[in-house]
Amino acid sequence: MISPLAKAKSPQALRESIKTTERTRTFVEAVREATDEEMGLDPNVVLFGLDVDDPKAIQGTTQGLVEKYGAERVFGTPLSEDAMTGAAIGMALAGLRPIHVHIRMDFLLLAVNQLLNVAAKSRYTYGGRVNVPLVVRAMIGKSWGQGAQHSQGLHSFFMHVPGIKVVAPSTPYDAKGCLTAAIRDDDPVLYVEHRLLHFQKGPVPTESYTVEPGKARIAVAGDDVTIVGISYMQVEALRAAKYLEDVGIRAEVIDPIWLNPLDTDTIAESVRRTGRLLVVDTGWTNCGAAAEIVSRVAERLQGERAFRFKRMGFAPTTCPTTPGLEDLFYPNARTVAAAARDLVEGRACNWLPTERADLRSIEFKGPF
Amino acid sequence: MHARLFRSLYRIRRVEEEVARVYATDKIKSPVHLSIGQEAVSVGVCDALRADDVVFGTYRGHALYLAKGGDMNAMVAELYGKVTGCTRGKGGSMHLIDTECGVMGTSAVVGTTIANAAGYAYSLKLRRSDAVVVCFFGDGATEEGVFAETLNFAVLKRLPLLFVCENNGYAIHTSQAKRQGLPDICARARAYGMPAERLDGNDVLTLRDKAESAIAKLRAGEGPQFIEATTYRWREHVGPGADYHLGYREKSECAPWEENDAVRVLAEQIPTEQRAVIEAAVEREITTAFEFAETSPFPHPSELMTDIFTEDANDFAACQS
Ligand SMILES: Cc1ncc(C[n+]2csc(CCOP(=O)(O)OP(=O)(O)O)c2C)c(N)n1
Repeated sequence: MISPLAKAKSPQALRESIKTTERTRTFVEAVREATDEEMGLDPNVVLFGLDVDDPKAIQGTTQGLVEKYGAERVFGTPLSEDAMTGAAIGMALAGLRPIHVHIRMDFLLLAVNQLLNVAAKSRYTYGGRVNVPLVVRAMIGKSWGQGAQHSQGLHSFFMHVPGIKVVAPSTPYDAKGCLTAAIRDDDPVLYVEHRLLHFQKGPVPTESYTVEPGKARIAVAGDDVTIVGISYMQVEALRAAKYLEDVGIRAEVIDPIWLNPLDTDTIAESVRRTGRLLVVDTGWTNCGAAAEIVSRVAERLQGERAFRFKRMGFAPTTCPTTPGLEDLFYPNARTVAAAARDLVEGRACNWLPTERADLRSIEFKGPF
Repeated sequence: MHARLFRSLYRIRRVEEEVARVYATDKIKSPVHLSIGQEAVSVGVCDALRADDVVFGTYRGHALYLAKGGDMNAMVAELYGKVTGCTRGKGGSMHLIDTECGVMGTSAVVGTTIANAAGYAYSLKLRRSDAVVVCFFGDGATEEGVFAETLNFAVLKRLPLLFVCENNGYAIHTSQAKRQGLPDICARARAYGMPAERLDGNDVLTLRDKAESAIAKLRAGEGPQFIEATTYRWREHVGPGADYHLGYREKSECAPWEENDAVRVLAEQIPTEQRAVIEAAVEREITTAFEFAETSPFPHPSELMTDIFTEDANDFAACQS
């Protein structure tokens, strides 16, 4: 089903507009704006999920949309993740473009059968006769003792299975452009949002634009080490680059943006220059996104360029609630900088930068 | 019995009020879902249980944990993230457990423990034990697939399992009417083939009686029983405050529940002097529990990697990195 969509801007024009836009928005506003614009453009776009229409409106990302588009197109659901995902697939098969929102990524585990056995496979198993243009928004929680079942980054599960795209924007600009692209995409897309990114501000053009699948962004250029930061870890990687500057190391920081399809070219090209790769994930390293990125670069560069590499992510344990252990569970700018320096110098430097107030990690405050 | 029930109710109410008070200091860095207003459900049902009976609950678990005999020191320390907490600071408020007292688990993911309770009940039956299991969950949980699947299994296997739906009318900020086409939860339970009764969740004495007879049926092998207890959450869904300003419910809706507050109603039935003794003892216990939490140490960093597997995990984890 073709919908009357605004023509996407060229990447060149996009870069121009981000340079010229002075309009600053939060990640939350960017998500709401993309949803609003697409709902305005295409009557097939529907938005639902637990709490989507409640007073807090998913951190504000769905605020005002029920008033604007009505309770048929924007609705809260029963606590029925499995059934609602199956229903979303049915809606998509019938020509709607559902956006299903989950305030915690952990709850996707109740919907995995539908997402991976049905949504990801429909187009293929039916020989290309159907699409499932479904967007699943899933939030990763962090800090304030959110603990074992409210903090998991499960994006690598979905990267593992062909047929579902995965995107994890880290800036408000990408938040809007990726969500617009995801809604227009004819395939199921898992849109990963980190709670701490919701507070980020940045330039967001007024007009509609897309950040298309499969293109990473070099956020900071450098020659000494390539740091890939996934989702919220992009923020920590950028801060790490500042700590590294203090010791004369110039890091190249890459935001992969889309995890599937993944832009191996941009990352491998960078590592070809730097000879060092550090991938930092907001998930576990075992069988994780970081492992995949390192392997792809290794496959690409083998026989041509040796490089040193390291993965960072959640400690290989369950997320504890007590603050001291919770801190140890996550990588942060300082531990990332330390690991990057070790890679650059090829030895354990036993260096941990002293915390700079301007580079302190955001801590979320309770109750939730 | 009145005195015992009052003590239990008062103890839960007061410790949660203290949690709410301390929360502003940021010493409790963990989400808390308070049971204030809903205590009578846990208290009434648990009072009818034996020590070797088992309960499963939810992230709103303080009342259940204490009503079933959980250690208050360990609970408060857990909220503080201290190593002396009931899960060594690792689980926080949403994952309270006390295996000695039969509090077998709580979960942050709605509906999860309903099925775990059924498995536990199956095992008791297999082992010819006459202990029983009670599973507590909210009205929201009845919308999850696992609820339907577990009810069916429980009836099929005639499990010694009492389902207790703590119906406070809301899931976060969404009323039951906005979530359920047929808000008669008992009717759904009956449709699977088990007796079900709706009770006033503030009426602790009736709840206790009804729970007692349901439990007797479980022990007699009559199969699963279902209680829906209507109740009301006075505070916000998560956190210490009130949330009437959000506009999803009116303050007036709470008034009848406050008027009919189980803690006060029962208090009036206890002689003043006896009551004063109970209250003083509870206050001392609470003061001690908070002091215990304040003075307890945080877990050592090495605890991050303990209890992942049964093996000594710090060694084992080394080969994971
Ligand atoms: C599977 C799942 N979906 C959604 C949530 C988010 N959530 C947390 S509590 C809650 C409301 C549950 O309501 P109810 O079962 O009635 O229990 P109450 O909080 O009222 O005690 C929701 C939707 C969750 N924790 N788990």
